[in-house]
Amino acid sequence: MKAGSNLEKILSKGLFAVTGELGPPKGNDVSVVKRKADLLRGYVDAVNVTDNQTAIVRMSSIATSSLLIQMGIEPVMQMTTRDRNRIAIQSDIFGATALGIKNMLCLTGDHHTFGNQVDSKNVHDLDSIQLIDCVRTMRDEGTLLGGEEKIEGKIELFIGAAENPFADPFEFRVVRLAKKVKAGVDFIQTQCIYDMKRFKEWMKMVRDRGLHEKVHILAGVTPLKSGGMARYMAKNVSGIIIPEEIIDRIVKAKKPAEEGIKLCVEQIQELREIEGVHGVHIMAIEWEQMVSQITEMAGLLPRPKVE
Amino acid sequence: MADFEPKIIAFCCDQSGYPSADMAGTLRLNLPKNVEIVRVPCAGRVETLYLLKALEKGADGVILFACYEDNCQYLRGNLRAKGRLSYVHRLMEKIGLEKERIEICYLATNSGVKLAETLQRKSKELKRLGPNPCVDRR
Amino acid sequence: MIKAEQKPMEEILRSIDPYKKILLSGCGACVTVCHAGGEKEVGLLASALRMARKKIGKPLEILEATPARQCEPEYAQDLSELIEKVEAVLSLACGVGVQTLVRYFPKMPVLPGVNTTFLGETLSHGVWEERCQACGNCILEKTGGICPISRCAKQLLNGPCGGSSKGKCEIKKEADCAWQLIYDRLSSLGQLYKLEEIIPAKRWGVESRDSGLRRIIREDLKI
Repeated sequence: MKAGSNLEKILSKGLFAVTGELGPPKGNDVSVVKRKADLLRGYVDAVNVTDNQTAIVRMSSIATSSLLIQMGIEPVMQMTTRDRNRIAIQSDIFGATALGIKNMLCLTGDHHTFGNQVDSKNVHDLDSIQLIDCVRTMRDEGTLLGGEEKIEGKIELFIGAAENPFADPFEFRVVRLAKKVKAGVDFIQTQCIYDMKRFKEWMKMVRDRGLHEKVHILAGVTPLKSGGMARYMAKNVSGIIIPEEIIDRIVKAKKPAEEGIKLCVEQIQELREIEGVHGVHIMAIEWEQMVSQITEMAGLLPRPKVE
Repeated sequence: MADFEPKIIAFCCDQSGYPSADMAGTLRLNLPKNVEIVRVPCAGRVETLYLLKALEKGADGVILFACYEDNCQYLRGNLRAKGRLSYVHRLMEKIGLEKERIEICYLATNSGVKLAETLQRKSKELKRLGPNPCVDRR
Repeated sequence: MIKAEQKPMEEILRSIDPYKKILLSGCGACVTVCHAGGEKEVGLLASALRMARKKIGKPLEILEATPARQCEPEYAQDLSELIEKVEAVLSLACGVGVQTLVRYFPKMPVLPGVNTTFLGETLSHGVWEERCQACGNCILEKTGGICPISRCAKQLLNGPCGGSSKGKCEIKKEADCAWQLIYDRLSSLGQLYKLEEIIPAKRWGVESRDSGLRRIIREDLKI
């Protein structure tokens, strides 16, 4: 066991894992965290806490993750390399593990110009692959990056990263995944999937390289609320592909939101059948209340209790 | 000002402006007083600096007579002139000088009438705008 | 070369406001190439400034000069005859030129007339783009000659990120994704294997811009 987190135990037992996502408040209003936590508790094995997503200033991932632990929920602390240099990163890892955080997702981060502090200096001292390598070094070698400085204590983290089968260049995405595996990643969550064909192609390339045996892959899904949302995401968000048939289906539905949930459940069921997919990551952005229904309809409940 | 005769510098290219000015003379067309014709082989020969210096040295207005877009004997001289004009307009805006003081006018070899009319129009326009404010008036 | 752009006119006028006689000094090197501070630009700016100051009744005498470079001792010192005659220098050279003049004329105010923007390539007449950030340790061999530090918005050394779509960077539709360019280039060279290697974290604090004031000394060249 690398960290002994709930998520790690479920995956190592070969059970299908379910993770959710929570965006911290744009301030220090803890009641927002509590409300979202209450909507997710019991329906997922762990909850991702985003780190200033889209470069909008929110309560820090480490603080929010710590609050979640107090509320009885296991967090996956996300950390981007956009806002912190390696000193702050490693310092935060000391702090996070001291607070009981056991899962960490290593990300590059959305560019700061997307957010609400566009004048800021872009850090990117490390990229996501170098960050994975850094965390693994701290955990497995007991030293800081560079191998010189010994750490006082033990860093135990289950290391995750993201990968996007819908970004370009398509053929290279698997090579990048292989690099992350080489750097030491334990699990991957993908960007939300609508183009099943492309995802299956990607999974085949993953299996051809034997990567599905080296890393746990959790397929990302996001339920569509409306035709407008589908169109907006397809047009404006880089790295998301939504096939026309799906947009059509939601637009033409009598009750688009219901159709969106139905579609999400179908997707989860289809993804479960793909060899190499060990779980699902449900990103119900500002729609956390639907996670209970989605997991119920997809037959994912009750979540297993593991020792 | 009743007796303000705007000083206009007219850069005339050999292929259009200059023969037109000649024709205006032959036809004894009315040209405003105080116009100075500067002959150039092509509108593209007029450096951006000449346009601005003309104003700096006391002119109230400048017209660059050039050939129509596809008609430049030197292929792109008139296009270069157009680019320089837009640059000088931006500079003039930044120092608070009216853009209308420098203008480009496209014509052909035999546009004597158009040249005369353009100069008359410009003179009226400059009378309205007033004398060049960036010059010492003694 | 170094690219620069002329400062806004209001800013220039404000900085030269206290003076009645200045030297407007251009530079025959980089700023000439990017049309920000060469001989032509010196002439145009001088003319514009004279007119602007006459307009407000505060005439300004401007001497004009465009040395071949402003960033070297011999060329800077050559300006001393002109500099003796003025109250301040408005320099259209890059930041290096301005500071070189400051070194040789410590009692003379030297004001910048351009913003030095980046190290770049001339794509075509009138179009320049950033290519290098002087990071101190060139890795162009590993990336097929395309720099991820200056051309990737996130300076990734193991890119691309998940926002690369159809060859474009997620932050600017006009910007090509540097890593797509690197991928295509290494692919055409038959060197894609280079991308399987993990490039380790850059030593910003030791061999790059965060190591403090950088200096090169060649003892063999010192006379």
